[in-house]
Amino acid sequence: MRTYIRPALGSMVLFTLLLGLAYPLAITGIAQTLMPEKANGSLVRDRSGTAVGSALIGQNFNSPAYLHPRPSALAAAYDASTSGGSNLGPLSDTLASRIADGAATLRTELNLPADYPLPADAVTTSASGLDPDISPAYALLQVPRIAAARNLPVGKVDAALKAATRGPLLGFLGQTRVNVLKANLLLDSLSGEAQ
Amino acid sequence: MDLRGWAEIALTLGLSVGVAWPLGLYMARIWAGETTWLTPVLNPVERGIYRVLGVRPEQSQGWKGYSFSVIAFSVAGFVLLYALLRLQGFLPLNPAGFGNLDPHLAFNVAVSFVTNTNWQSYGGETTMSLLSQMAGLAVQNFTSAAAGLAIAAAAARAFAGDREVGLGNFWVDLVRITLYVLLPLSIVVALALVATGVPQTLHAAVTVTGLEGAQQTLALGPVASQEAIKQIGTNGGGFFNANSAHPFENPNPLSNLIEAVSITALGFATFIAFGRMARARKEAASLVIVAFLLVAAAAVAIYGLENQTVPGLLKAGVEAGQNLEGKEYRFGTAASALWSALTTGASNGSVNAMHESFMPLSGGIQMFLIQLGEILPGGVGSGLYGMLVMALLAVFVAGLMVGRTPEYLGKKVEAAEIQYAMLAVLILPLAILGFSALAAVLPAALSSLLTDGPHGLSEILYAYSSAGGNNGSAFAGLTAATPWWDTTLGIAMLLGRFGYIVPVMAILGSLAAKPRLAPTAGTLPASGRLFSGLLLGVILVLGGLQFFPALALGPLAEHFQLLASLRP
Repeated sequence: MRTYIRPALGSMVLFTLLLGLAYPLAITGIAQTLMPEKANGSLVRDRSGTAVGSALIGQNFNSPAYLHPRPSALAAAYDASTSGGSNLGPLSDTLASRIADGAATLRTELNLPADYPLPADAVTTSASGLDPDISPAYALLQVPRIAAARNLPVGKVDAALKAATRGPLLGFLGQTRVNVLKANLLLDSLSGEAQ
Repeated sequence: MDLRGWAEIALTLGLSVGVAWPLGLYMARIWAGETTWLTPVLNPVERGIYRVLGVRPEQSQGWKGYSFSVIAFSVAGFVLLYALLRLQGFLPLNPAGFGNLDPHLAFNVAVSFVTNTNWQSYGGETTMSLLSQMAGLAVQNFTSAAAGLAIAAAAARAFAGDREVGLGNFWVDLVRITLYVLLPLSIVVALALVATGVPQTLHAAVTVTGLEGAQQTLALGPVASQEAIKQIGTNGGGFFNANSAHPFENPNPLSNLIEAVSITALGFATFIAFGRMARARKEAASLVIVAFLLVAAAAVAIYGLENQTVPGLLKAGVEAGQNLEGKEYRFGTAASALWSALTTGASNGSVNAMHESFMPLSGGIQMFLIQLGEILPGGVGSGLYGMLVMALLAVFVAGLMVGRTPEYLGKKVEAAEIQYAMLAVLILPLAILGFSALAAVLPAALSSLLTDGPHGLSEILYAYSSAGGNNGSAFAGLTAATPWWDTTLGIAMLLGRFGYIVPVMAILGSLAAKPRLAPTAGTLPASGRLFSGLLLGVILVLGGLQFFPALALGPLAEHFQLLASLRP
């Protein structure tokens, strides 16, 4: 038995030191030196330099003057101290009524006819509950509301949302998407200029 | 479905085999103890470790000695991890101040990581201290993968040798695979992931004030270093609850490509390394082709299914052609469907979309890939020895048809090997169907379900498939952090890992001792279309016969419910 115990315990202790401490600490050291912005969560800042969120993590917006994200399945929408999806299957009644309610509310808010075919991302929750992006179609629907609330021409709002839109990498990796927080920062800077 | 999606799927699948090729040739050199460009740096470290462990590297072990070493190593890993989780509240590097884990949860997590399953009964960012994540979970990500790869090396030696007693030295394989393969690969992938935006910091969280004035706390940590080995080592346990769907684990399509390719790269590489070491390149290529075809077919099917009409969206008058519930918008249905096939085929278990919200048949395919034995290409190491068991059964079936003693790679396959192979193959249905049947009638188990009806059965079936197959993904609606689920899932994981390893080691010991015969005119070639077709048939028939009745009551029944609900 002793021939097995010594290497078993010895290797676990050595590996814990090497792989559990040295490896992550070395990666942390390199990452913090070479890529500190990314290693610390890709924080985005307003014009005064204060961090207002992460470019990668969605944020909840309720004001009509801001672009709104997808619904979030988290107990508190876009609470990034936790994460998760609804885990409801496509046949779930709970899901069906949540989608129906969400769609009705959204159509009222956006002044759309009661049978308007909304884009699916506007009424479905993401896997993480922290999805930073929405589809260009959902963003476009929100333009009139934002323009009215900010007293800005529709064309300017549209341009700001376009500037926050990213196409697929190399033309085919991932979807074309609008980053909600970036779009809202751009909108704020637009309003700042107008004043 | 669009051309963009198909192109993304094709590129990712192509790369997963493409990078496996050079990686496999490199790994064969490590298994064989040859020098590489890393040797000058790592050889002194390697020698030093052997001295501390009291291991004589030239001493080869028989199958029993090798198996005892695997088990002793796993027990040591379990004890250390269990202790760490039970005591994390008293230990340093716990900035968020999380408490100690319950005994049943700590048991489940420790078993889960030691068996390379990485089932998450816990939410990482709300349960685990940074010390537990780094020195506990991430260490097991390496070591459980290295143990699997070591057994694959032993398998290659069993076929390569001629009347050999020894299968190699487990401790040497373990140390060399960790130092020369897993660690360098992890460093490269971890830094690449940081470059795509994955955080790597010792701060547990940062709080900001958003544009509307509300506070938002962003959970952070040493994510990249853990994410890298989690994919490479087919572990799959996420730093965050949402796993690789969390934007900090997988921020964009580039990180998604790197991670998706990492899921299967080392699995396919193991097949290539086996082919080189056992001097059976063509035969190993057949194994790669069969695994690749099955997992690619699953990806294509799931992508198709995720673009079928979704009832809830249709009823609400919303665009209903894409199932986006539980999916991240940056990935869409293509990258989500592909990942779900790769992670279930490869025993990885990480997710970039929530499997429970997939269409019923998609969930059925995901489960079926796990139930086929995690061989497409399976967990690192474990996928190879699982596939070899299937190859032995395939030549046995062919041998019965023509009335000859079957051979595989020049080794005669006789009664003993087939008995052990059957023992190994029966472990999975025992763990999956046995526990599922119990859970389907016990109130203590049923109270954890999110849904009833066929979808509820799918939750149960998926959970035990995931545990028995050492996968780790889940229909996450199930509340698994209860004494019943933590304990029985833990037992299923142990059965699926060690109940498989021990008979496989016995087969290897028996095969190693046999002479390696030269092929004759009567030998069934273990490569080419005929053999690949036969192997494919054995895998599908075996899996189908065992699990189809259960799948018919779960995902298949739900699929017909879905069709009925779409009828006007």
